[in-house]
Amino acid sequence: MSSSELIQFINCKILRNHTLTEEHLWVRNGKIINPEDVFFDEKIKADTVIDCNGCIIAPGFIDIQINGGFGVDFSNCDNIDSGLGRVAKSLLSSGVTSFCPTIVTSPNDVYKHVLPQIKKSQGGLHGATVLGIHLEGPFININKKGAHPPKFIKDLDEGFQSLVQTYSTLENVSIITLAPELKHANEVISKLTSLGITVSVGHSMASLKDGESAISSGATLITHLFNAMLPFHHRDPGLVGLLASHNTLVDKIVYFGIISDGIHTHPAALRIAYRIHPDGLVLVTDAVSAMGLEEGRHNIGQLSVEIKNGMALVAGTNTLCGSIATMDTCVKIFLQSTGCSIEYALEAASLHPAEALGIVHKKGTLNFGVDADFIFLDSDLSLLSTWIAGKCVYKK
Amino acid sequence: MRLVILESADSVAEWAAKYVMKRINDFQCGPDKYFVLGLPTGSTPYGMYQKLIEYHKAGRVSFKYVKTFNMDEYVNLPRDHPESYHYYMLHNFFKHIDIDPKNAHVLDGNAPDLVEECSNYEKEIARAGGIDLFVGGIGPDGHIAFNEPGSSLVSRTRVKTLAQDTLEANARFFGNDINKVPHQALTVGVGTVMDSKEVMILITGGHKAFALYKAIEEGVSHMWTVSAFQQHPHTLFICDEDATLELKVKTVKYFKALSAVHHKLIEDTTPINRSRSIH
Repeated sequence: MSSSELIQFINCKILRNHTLTEEHLWVRNGKIINPEDVFFDEKIKADTVIDCNGCIIAPGFIDIQINGGFGVDFSNCDNIDSGLGRVAKSLLSSGVTSFCPTIVTSPNDVYKHVLPQIKKSQGGLHGATVLGIHLEGPFININKKGAHPPKFIKDLDEGFQSLVQTYSTLENVSIITLAPELKHANEVISKLTSLGITVSVGHSMASLKDGESAISSGATLITHLFNAMLPFHHRDPGLVGLLASHNTLVDKIVYFGIISDGIHTHPAALRIAYRIHPDGLVLVTDAVSAMGLEEGRHNIGQLSVEIKNGMALVAGTNTLCGSIATMDTCVKIFLQSTGCSIEYALEAASLHPAEALGIVHKKGTLNFGVDADFIFLDSDLSLLSTWIAGKCVYKK
Repeated sequence: MRLVILESADSVAEWAAKYVMKRINDFQCGPDKYFVLGLPTGSTPYGMYQKLIEYHKAGRVSFKYVKTFNMDEYVNLPRDHPESYHYYMLHNFFKHIDIDPKNAHVLDGNAPDLVEECSNYEKEIARAGGIDLFVGGIGPDGHIAFNEPGSSLVSRTRVKTLAQDTLEANARFFGNDINKVPHQALTVGVGTVMDSKEVMILITGGHKAFALYKAIEEGVSHMWTVSAFQQHPHTLFICDEDATLELKVKTVKYFKALSAVHHKLIEDTTPINRSRSIH
């Protein structure tokens, strides 16, 4: 199969411009192309016609917050190269075609050792595309540490220099989650934004005002809405208030990650977020290493984890130790919880994350000219196959 | 002239599709013998295309050795605009069938030299050996292709300025904003269609009843350009009941009495050139 092969997918409903329409999809050289140019200018027919048996074709899912899975923890991994490869490959079975491996608060030597090894890379049969690293911490508020180890949490006392000293390199970084109430946060946000890095606010005690200054300084994202931030209060709605802030929403969309695993965010909370700010909603798994493992007890690093009824628990307790729902499951749960349209649920895991990262010209849609990363789904949104650059990389 | 009166717009679509299929299959086309088909756009022929796609998928007809020439196209409308006729033809017909893109001709309303584009189109039709069957629809003012009232009945392919009626009728396709409707179109001429060996005109709906009356019961007039086909040796008008509302009872009864003869045209058993001399 040469890459310049012209493929015409027929008998399918494709998701384009927020609607599912009966339409053919044309692919060549790993990109989605305009059939009019082919038919009327080049005057050629497709080399291959693929009958999709009436299935849905949607853009591949993009997970911008994932800590690991399939027994691999990106922040605690002896062989990051093989671990990353294993996750990238396994993600194909949940419809994820691109992702941002996420590193939680860690000691400096982990950053120094691991960050240079997680390179942005094009996906394929070997696994999903690595868009860049999501650094979640250590510049967060210790009072909203969640599962982050408190002893490595830091301040931004020396501004951008604190970041450079901690991370060593920003070369492969796409997103940084930080708490906007930290001293010097706004100048750091401006600097990161100018470097093309997406800044997300989270693990924070920030007031709405702190959040608004961060957005004005260039932050565009909120990390796992409702989790690890002040609960909504009507006199100071905190970061949650950014979803309805007049000061920020006028000229730009604030995006927010949200975990719809059915456990970490209550369905009513999902509905609230969906109804007040649908354009900014980005589904994330925030999955931990136990995602993709079978029910039972597993030893991951130093931690003993028990998977019971779709929940990952610290073995022998009822303490949740992270999300383990795959992205295709999150999409289904979100659809059931909110009663949104199928189109919206799919775009919340594809178009919206691409917009949040500013890569909508190449990922997250089925528009002409973008990368041919897409998934086949049945009418219940169960995954049938996954395609990267126009090639089938996973089939159920 | 034949007038085939059918129950509904759906049966008009089906009859027309069966006729096109029959003509292609009777023709026994091959690499050295292409069947040349003239094609319209619009809501009336849409059903015919749907049926032809269905027959193609069922293996009953192939377009591998068919050349097509479309009647018209707007000037200066982007080709991928959903109202462009390129877009219509690709999405409603061409992409579903086995036609070779080299054989599907649509006038280019964005060509740098529109006059040259028109004269080349005529030459291309001539090179293909002329059109065997031209399928057309008509407007409520009796225009065929974009040959608006007053067009010469011997006109050839050219740039045509659209009449106010047409602009108003088409505004609904352009967000009800008449300023967005292209004011010019490229169109084959009445003479171009007259030169084809056979013409089949589809007319459905009460709003086209007066045009049908003008087309067949009154004299030839350039104010009702479709009336020119009264002088064509092989013209078929296919209409639904609603479109006959302005016709004389006598006319309707006469042609309805002929319906058994007309239905033979689309039966599989008799070749069309046998049935042709029986009216």
